Amino acid sequence: MAAHAPGAGSGSGCSGAGRDTPSAPGAAMADGPVADVLLRRLEAADGGLDSAELAAELGVEHQAVVGAVKSLQALGEIIEAELRSTKRWELTAEGEEIAREGSHEARVFRSVPPEGLAQSELMRLPSGKVGFSKAMSNKWIRVDKSAADGPRVFRVVDSMEDDVQRRLQLVRGGQAEKLAEKERSELRKRKLLTEVTLKTYWVSKGSAFSTSVSKQEAELSPEMISSGSWRDRPFKPYNFSARGVLPDSGHLHPLLKVRTQFRQIFLEMGFTEMPTDNFIESSFWNFDALFQPQQHPARDQHDTFFLQDPAEALQLPMDYVHRVKRTHSQGGYGSQGYKYTWKLDEARKNLLRTHTTAASARALYRLARKKPFTPIKYFSIDRVFRNETLDATHLAEFHQIEGVVADHGLTLGHLMGVLREFFTKLGITQLRFKPAYNPYTEPSMEVFSYHQGLKKWVEVGNSGLFRPEMLLPMGLPENVSVIAWGLSLERPTMIKYGINNIRELVGHKVNLQMVYDSPLCRLDAEPGPPQTQEAA
Amino acid sequence: MPTVSVKRDLLFKALGRTYTDEEFDELCFEFGLELDEITSEKEIISKEQGDKKAEGASDVVLYKIDVPANRYDLLCLEGLVRGLQVFKERIKAPLYKRVMPNGEIQKLIITEETAKIRPYAVAAVLRNIKFTKDRYDSFIELQEKLHQNICRKRALVAIGAHDLDSLSGPFTFTAKRPSDIKFKPLSKTKEYTACELMNIYKTDNHLKHYLHIIENKPLYPVIYDSNGVVLSMPPIINGNHSKITLNTRNVFIECTGTDFTKAKIVLDIIVTMFSEYCENQFTVEAAEVVFPNGKSYTFPELAYRKEMVRADLINKKVGIRETPENLAKLLTRMCLKSEVIGDGNQIEIEIPPTRADIIHACDIVEDAAIAYGYNNIQMTLPKTYTIANQFPLNKLTELLRHDMAAAGFTEALTFALCSQEDIADKLGVDISATKAVHISNPKTAEFQVARTTLLPGLLKTIAANRKMPLPLKLFEISDIVVKDSSRDVGARNYRHLCAVYYNKNPGFEIIHGLLDRIMQLLDVPPGEKKGGYVIKASEGPVLRPDELP
Repeated sequence: MAAHAPGAGSGSGCSGAGRDTPSAPGAAMADGPVADVLLRRLEAADGGLDSAELAAELGVEHQAVVGAVKSLQALGEIIEAELRSTKRWELTAEGEEIAREGSHEARVFRSVPPEGLAQSELMRLPSGKVGFSKAMSNKWIRVDKSAADGPRVFRVVDSMEDDVQRRLQLVRGGQAEKLAEKERSELRKRKLLTEVTLKTYWVSKGSAFSTSVSKQEAELSPEMISSGSWRDRPFKPYNFSARGVLPDSGHLHPLLKVRTQFRQIFLEMGFTEMPTDNFIESSFWNFDALFQPQQHPARDQHDTFFLQDPAEALQLPMDYVHRVKRTHSQGGYGSQGYKYTWKLDEARKNLLRTHTTAASARALYRLARKKPFTPIKYFSIDRVFRNETLDATHLAEFHQIEGVVADHGLTLGHLMGVLREFFTKLGITQLRFKPAYNPYTEPSMEVFSYHQGLKKWVEVGNSGLFRPEMLLPMGLPENVSVIAWGLSLERPTMIKYGINNIRELVGHKVNLQMVYDSPLCRLDAEPGPPQTQEAA
Repeated sequence: MPTVSVKRDLLFKALGRTYTDEEFDELCFEFGLELDEITSEKEIISKEQGDKKAEGASDVVLYKIDVPANRYDLLCLEGLVRGLQVFKERIKAPLYKRVMPNGEIQKLIITEETAKIRPYAVAAVLRNIKFTKDRYDSFIELQEKLHQNICRKRALVAIGAHDLDSLSGPFTFTAKRPSDIKFKPLSKTKEYTACELMNIYKTDNHLKHYLHIIENKPLYPVIYDSNGVVLSMPPIINGNHSKITLNTRNVFIECTGTDFTKAKIVLDIIVTMFSEYCENQFTVEAAEVVFPNGKSYTFPELAYRKEMVRADLINKKVGIRETPENLAKLLTRMCLKSEVIGDGNQIEIEIPPTRADIIHACDIVEDAAIAYGYNNIQMTLPKTYTIANQFPLNKLTELLRHDMAAAGFTEALTFALCSQEDIADKLGVDISATKAVHISNPKTAEFQVARTTLLPGLLKTIAANRKMPLPLKLFEISDIVVKDSSRDVGARNYRHLCAVYYNKNPGFEIIHGLLDRIMQLLDVPPGEKKGGYVIKASEGPVLRPDELP
């Protein structure tokens, strides 16, 4: 059900412009007696009338008149209403009491008989504490501390004038302006007076003024349909500028919505998903198998989370390990190697994987053991961990997206072709490739795309052909090339959803409202909200 | 990736032409470099310490250029210029030569005491060099860049450069007790023992990072000349006596370290870069190093290696069709002098001592591709035919996530790493009962363990969202990690599902209903019979909704 015509503001007081909440009650109120009276008075009035004055005359709440005004406004040009605000002095509850019964000090004075009163008794009176000090400073009473049974209070004067009461009575009578500014502010300080801002309407006849306004229906009822009365009834127009009621629903996380789309893209391109459900990895699979030397800075304590327990991988494929060791330390497979002393202990060290390429290495090793070789396309999207310095765009864990193709005779041109198709599906068409260095790919390429907003080329991914020193020890055939590329899931998501701080996206500090409000992930759609004809 | 800072005008002068910033950026991109920042000393100081401090600083324009981590030959102005000029075919790559001295060869003798701390050393002499202020600065800066990168912060290799004319060989590389080493170090006015120096440098912002390399060793490495003058105490500091200045004409360079291969590479890079300023350009005077076993070697190696690569291999790996002659020309532009030999398909490539990064044919293929221009390569799609499969666990996860949201629950995404407290104390569980894996080097308590349950993350998500209207209904399907000795690494992941309902009233029936719904979706019937599910009461410090029966 769309929002119907606005009802009277259901909030407190005269809040001015009506809150067009579709659920606001009392839509029929405008058609009640107040609206009728208002129209009749307006017909007779010269120019217009004030909503507050009308309320006072009719003896109804001002709110009722405001409601009538708003309902009439909703009907078109029947009336014109101009919002005005006026300031007025009003008594507080305590002020009302004093206007009625006198100030505390006057009440204290009156309770002291000519023969005096024990101070302790006086203090027990309701006005005692406040009234005593005021009456003392007014020099209406005095205290005799030498009295036999404790201090005793006596009158100093025979009679006094209760100015406070008199002034408050003036204000109550609507004559606050007769008081001096200083007098008013003193009463306000004593919290007896308060200044209120009253929002009223100055109502005048509209271009379609009429006293005979027929009642408009808010909703179509089954009775109207069965009786056919709907044919003759006027209906209130829908208020399309109000917001509708959002349905109760659950929500998917924006980062994982993007993950779903990336999975979809890979699946559309015929890529099979690799198992990546092992956050703990040995240095061997994470580094050594990728021909990353043991002194490489990435293997530093500053960059990688190592494990204390379980500290070491117990099982490694030793035949393969020996081939890896030889390639690192002496070379082979056409390589000079790194020529250093390779240590098994270093390879056994467990860590939280720093890239999903560790999982790709395992998958390629499995592939190499299957004879004969069959071409594959693999992908994965999962968490990786870095012991890095944290900032607005870096967390200790993030998601890596990786694609791998292994086949006979793959070229750098093939890699670029696959990347072009992949990024086109993300809505990125302008690509450029820069030579780069990765320890385990050669040739290597950084992928740049032209960012329309930033007006420059930004890096969107890293790629290359895996080195023969990585592939041949696994046992893959010599003429098989493996192309691979990777990117983070967080970065495109932050760009897509306009998020600057990664903590607002990932982790427990996420703003759930952001999760609730995040739109669908349509990577290939134009950025920004979809433009429909009505919205344009 | 190391960043090299060069003066723009000096660079353009050496390149023999000027570029606009955009043109130079383009050239860098093509060559595999990145013009990272255009700045000045003044701007840098002003950014780091405020405008006040920057007053009077130089506003000469600086280019900060990112260099690939394996290209040690591009870490200084001299190398960058040489690389780009050869790339643009404005000059030919120089031929670096090692020459024997006219007189006696400089000798560095290694004693066996070094074996346990820093067993390797190499050395060379730059004869009749001419420094200017800019050349001198670049020489110092290159040593610093090498120290930070290939030398692994001086742990693998440390470089010392000395005014040869102030010393008298032969030199001795030995190791002594710190209290027995005493000398006047660089930029100090008096002598200190090694023990005193290690204390002094604890507060030195630059040197304090290197102390740990030798700090706890019984003997410290040290190099003396024949008169007992200390050249250096590697990898910490050189002696002041042999300090090089703008007037130094003959430079003795020693590199000591724990990695022989890298020490040789570092020496090769320094002498190839700065022999440009020697009277006999690109020639380096040899030095002899005598190892404890009595064997002696001559350095620098400056080895040229020949590689043979078939032209069709390059074409096949890159995806181009160039003639062998063209490919040889492309490689020559990358400082890899090449020619076609044999059957006309073979290319013989000479790997110069500056290109230690070339260790396999694939490195040569890459250089051919760079010279050809990555962006000139024709993009093609591989014909690889495959059928895609999802990983079953992820497939189920994807299906279930959508139905969890359809059931009115909102997906959370929490960290896999957390504190011990999160998974133990706060849940009333002893940490030893969790089977959690422990991280040995967390920088903060947030990264002590991998989570063993998803619950803490969801509770923290609720805590961070207390301003949201109730109820909060959250779920997460993700992995937890526990030790498992049957796995090769001794640990494994489990995929868990956790859901939390948070409101003013408990509403157990809601979370219970969600569980029933999940079972319905998984086609598991309620009831005791086989394949069914039941909920049983259990005693425990915390409810564990993520552990389904």
